[in-house]
Amino acid sequence: MKILVCISHVPDTTSKITFTNDNTTFNTAGVQFIINPYDEIALSKAVDLAADGASSITVITVGDASTEATLRKALAIGADSAVRVDAQPLDAWFVANQIAAYARANSFDLILTGRESIDYNGGQVAGMLGELLGLPSVSIAKSLSVENGQARVEREIEGGKEIITASLPLVAGTAEGVAEPKIANMRGIMSARTKPLEVIAPIAVEPLTKIEVYDTPPARGNVKLIDENNIDELVHLLHTEAKVI
Amino acid sequence: MSVLVYIENTDGQLKKSAFEVASYARDTAAQLHTDVVALSIGQVNQDELHKLGQYGIGKILDANTEKLATFVNQAYASILTGAAQKENAHTIILSNTFSGKALAPRVSAKLKASLISGAIDLPKAEGDTIGVKTTTFSNKAIASVSLQSPTRVITVNPNAYPAKEQPSGQVQIEPYNADLPDSDFGTMVKEIVRATDKISLPEAEIVVSAGRGLKGPENWGIIEELANVLGAATACSKPVSDAGWRPHAEHVGQTGIVISPKLYIAIGISGAIQHLAGVSSSKTIVVINKDPEAPFFKIADYGIVGDAFVIVPKLIAALKAHKGIG
Ligand SMILES: Cc1cc2nc3c(=O)[nH]c(=O)nc-3n(C[C@H](O)[C@H](O)[C@H](O)COP(=O)(O)OP(=O)(O)OC[C@H]3O[C@@H](n4cnc5c(N)ncnc54)[C@H](O)[C@@H]3O)c2cc1C
Ligand SMILES: Nc1ncnc2c1ncn2[C@@H]1O[C@H](COP(=O)(O)O)[C@@H](O)[C@H]1O
Repeated sequence: MKILVCISHVPDTTSKITFTNDNTTFNTAGVQFIINPYDEIALSKAVDLAADGASSITVITVGDASTEATLRKALAIGADSAVRVDAQPLDAWFVANQIAAYARANSFDLILTGRESIDYNGGQVAGMLGELLGLPSVSIAKSLSVENGQARVEREIEGGKEIITASLPLVAGTAEGVAEPKIANMRGIMSARTKPLEVIAPIAVEPLTKIEVYDTPPARGNVKLIDENNIDELVHLLHTEAKVI
Repeated sequence: MSVLVYIENTDGQLKKSAFEVASYARDTAAQLHTDVVALSIGQVNQDELHKLGQYGIGKILDANTEKLATFVNQAYASILTGAAQKENAHTIILSNTFSGKALAPRVSAKLKASLISGAIDLPKAEGDTIGVKTTTFSNKAIASVSLQSPTRVITVNPNAYPAKEQPSGQVQIEPYNADLPDSDFGTMVKEIVRATDKISLPEAEIVVSAGRGLKGPENWGIIEELANVLGAATACSKPVSDAGWRPHAEHVGQTGIVISPKLYIAIGISGAIQHLAGVSSSKTIVVINKDPEAPFFKIADYGIVGDAFVIVPKLIAALKAHKGIG
């Protein structure tokens, strides 16, 4: 099976998020970048599926040269080759079109993404890729297995799950639980240095959205502390002040 | 020109989020000086659809065929796109539910429409484009986004926009069918597993959540009882689901589900930044923690410093008294 895993390079989860240029630009100074946690799960799933010895894993990212460290990490975890589309990821539509162009030229059986990136949180790329490639897509897969060219996927729904079958090729966004996270071992890290990392030029695509300005969320007021021997007071406040019960 | 809103059901019952998104679409249409049309896909009876009239919906397209009885992503996206074109809709609104998350990107790609996920306010016309706000960087920032394509798709998080009644007068229901190619049926639902006795976490108005402070899965009885008294869903922190104390579907936060209930009660959870990313847009937050320095208190509205094993049973008793039960 030929597997493509889409990797997004995102600020570490503990990063303090600040902006520059009148709050129009994300300030990357001092920010540590990591593989998007959900993409790490997607890659871990790919590594499990490739344990059959008859599969290959390519990782792809749309980003500038600074994302190459993240791609090397993906190679160390178990991808066989990496591709970087040399462009700023302007929006999900732009990213999906770049990946679709590469996927069309190289036909994959399975394309995995994360359920969402933890920076832009759109959860948009998987579905757009499915549409652009004319393939079925699952946005949030909780489990995924492949047998005889058919995928069996558990899709999350409100208050439960749906078990679906899908024909391959398939695009799937992966969620926690799809695979045990894999950690790069020494051999992986050594071999990652020599695995192929190809840089390709972007195709021309106009983004469809633009972030005009960022704000910080409104601050909350101070916490009202209630004595543990006066729980009725909490119930009273929730009822009359917050009006939530 | 019009606004099209996609109405979701569960087993023929309109979802709570369907009324929220209907209200959002009605108010968006007013804002953009145009009309709103709803589209229901799946098997919903007419009485149920008529309920939308209470929320300002006057016209409903009803795509009610056997083939569309269960969710098929590609086929539903084709129906939505076809309906949008038929109604000359420039704005398409969906709830950011699991199905909405699956559909919206496909619809936007079909129409080359600008897509914004999880809008937190109504769109505003800004010259030729419209602007909408959404949370970004896992709730650490709010982005004002301009949607530059003449057609746009907007999803709205469950609980983010209140369902407000505003009767439309009369409701006109029009059957809507489209011939779909076989290639639109690339996925097939084999089975639906529903925890019937449970309130769905993403849609719940009240959520009771617990963390490592509870010490072990055997102690979740008081959490479930508290949730029961409040009619709440239960949630947990990541280490709790990682340890298998609770199912993964209950894990909230940056790498779990993001929720915005009107009341979130956090018990024995420290309030790590990754946890807060999933819950900080809750309207009211109550924190119960034995450590007065726990970071969660910084974003809480109400807090009790003390032992959960003492406080939760007292809270249950006080709530029962308040509600006149037991
Ligand atoms: C990449 C990444 C992603 C992550 N994503 C998430 C995520 O999505 N969601 C998430 O939750 N976490 C996430 N985490 C983990 C997060 O950083 C914290 O480790 C986690 O939230 C801590 O869980 P906790 O509060 O239950 O446990 P702890 O931090 O151990 O806190 C337990 C709390 O319970 C209190 N306590 C103990 N006993 C009692 C008692 N008897 N009564 C009352 N209070 C008591 C303690 O004072 C303490 O504050 C992520 C971490 C990383 C690195
Ligand atoms: N710049 C990018 N390059 C490659 N893949 C990406 C990029 N941005 C997002 N993705 C993939 O798309 C998924 C969903 O991202 P998003 O739609 O931004 O939430 C991520 O989990 C990645 O797998």
